[in-house]
Amino acid sequence: MNHEMDYEKIEQKTKRKQRIVKTLTYTLLVFWGVVVLFPFFWMVLTSIKSYGEYNSEYIPKFYASSPTMSNYIEAFTAVPLAEYFLNTLIFTVVTTAVMLVVITLAAFAFARLEFKGKNAAFVLFLSMMMIPNELVIITNFVTITDLDMRNTFAGLILPSVMSVFYLYLLKETFQQIPDNLYQAAKVDGTSDFKYLCRVMVPMAKPTLVTITILKVIECWNSYVWPRLITDDEAYYLVSNGIQEIRENGFGRENIPAMMAAVVVITLPLIVLFLVFRNKIMEGVSRGGTKG
Amino acid sequence: MKKKKLDLSGLKGWLYLLPAIVFLGVFMVYPLIDVFIYSLEEGYNSASQTFFGVGGYNYAYVLRDPYFLQALKNTFILVAVTVPLSTLIALLLSVALSSIEALRNLFQTVFFLPYVTNTLAVGLVFMILFQKTEYTEGLVNLLITFFGGTAVDFIDGPYWAKMFVLCLYTIWIVLPFKILILTSALLSVDQTYYNSAKVDGTSRFRTFMRITLPMISPMIFYLFITGCIGAFKAYSDAVALFGTDLNAAEMNTIVGYVYDMLYGDSGGYPSYASAAAVILFTIVLTITCINLIVSKKKVHY
Repeated sequence: MNHEMDYEKIEQKTKRKQRIVKTLTYTLLVFWGVVVLFPFFWMVLTSIKSYGEYNSEYIPKFYASSPTMSNYIEAFTAVPLAEYFLNTLIFTVVTTAVMLVVITLAAFAFARLEFKGKNAAFVLFLSMMMIPNELVIITNFVTITDLDMRNTFAGLILPSVMSVFYLYLLKETFQQIPDNLYQAAKVDGTSDFKYLCRVMVPMAKPTLVTITILKVIECWNSYVWPRLITDDEAYYLVSNGIQEIRENGFGRENIPAMMAAVVVITLPLIVLFLVFRNKIMEGVSRGGTKG
Repeated sequence: MKKKKLDLSGLKGWLYLLPAIVFLGVFMVYPLIDVFIYSLEEGYNSASQTFFGVGGYNYAYVLRDPYFLQALKNTFILVAVTVPLSTLIALLLSVALSSIEALRNLFQTVFFLPYVTNTLAVGLVFMILFQKTEYTEGLVNLLITFFGGTAVDFIDGPYWAKMFVLCLYTIWIVLPFKILILTSALLSVDQTYYNSAKVDGTSRFRTFMRITLPMISPMIFYLFITGCIGAFKAYSDAVALFGTDLNAAEMNTIVGYVYDMLYGDSGGYPSYASAAAVILFTIVLTITCINLIVSKKKVHY
């Protein structure tokens, strides 16, 4: 009898303890969720407040009393936001496409072809992953300036193309494709290039998609190189555009319009993320860092 | 005949590599060599492309430049504050994430959002939250005054306040990556270890210290190193908060100093920029090496 009571007491105690731990856990998670989401909430909220409303609120309100879309119109008319978008789109698409072609060819050579000096070349390629961008950007800046390619898409794109890490990822994937497929294709007389296009690329599609998305994110957010190489507004990307807007755009006081621009710039990547959530998180955990 | 064919196939391999080699050669290898040469050329004039001599003057100049020293100080504070703190917070959140089943996916998705946002764009939101203007004290300051503190302008105000926002924003930006890595590390720890600990009646805390922590220590260490490297290269977060004139805001970083020397109103000195970049690279390399040596003793593989 007494024993049973004790047992019950202990069980109750553990249950209570577990509940407390669980509550604490969820409180912590919800707290950080709020910290992460709040800036997003605030930018959307601010972007739908009118100029007058925003500036008359000494204590900011957590709702917009008369929501308006006028800031979005202002964001696209007062500054060439659409142009920044188009530039970023061109930059992102071309850079990613060229990179995919270059690394597919190289990864194929490393994964399937036999040639003298292959291993040495691969080690050299890998060692380049350790070179920080900050170290090479100075000479690249001088090179592009000397070539008269400032304020051109070529100058923006060319130094941004190559990424040894993605080449490495793709080579690993290519190597997992069974060798006998290649031998069979050889017997059939299929050329290497045809084999690459018809068999390897379709089979490596998941990795190629991951690489594409990660590169797109990287391009969309790139700031330093575009800033160095463009001073003509006609070639600004969104990051430089937002900086320009901050410093000379609507005037520092028109915060709602600024926030509308921020929302417009942030939205495409959020949508991309929500659609490809698993691919992105898997790809990032395989070795991407925010650079 | 056979030999000829062999040669041809060798050539083919290099042909497939050619585009990659061209890109890497022109934009990686050549610049890497060139930056060391630049950093040693004294009195380089970018207009006439001439220089006086070879030596360490550029390094001496940079190391005496008060702007560089300011940038150095800021960068070291940033590294010392954000790397341990963000790793710790990430660990805490990851432990919480891996201990729940319901809503885990939702939380993971939300926590990852800062990774896919544009640093410069969201920096503006942080700016308006922390800034004090003539129209409003800003939301954060209202909170501070509500709890009995005095309002501070975190964007144009005192040094510590600006540093605080910079650290906070950096942590906000770097956490998603760390949480992602640590959560998957925690979830992949073999459940049988926990079960046997449970059978033995080991307390939660002890289990964590004796089993979980050693098991994931390689990942924590990996995050610490990549975190250090990343924080040493901080730049765009500072620009996002304080604008492009970081020297005036006393908020410049080493990378910012390199770019300022290269381009813009204070630019046109690729030699000084190169020297500063080489110094940065040396610091990062040294710290990474120290980390590796220390980890050999502490990390359980």
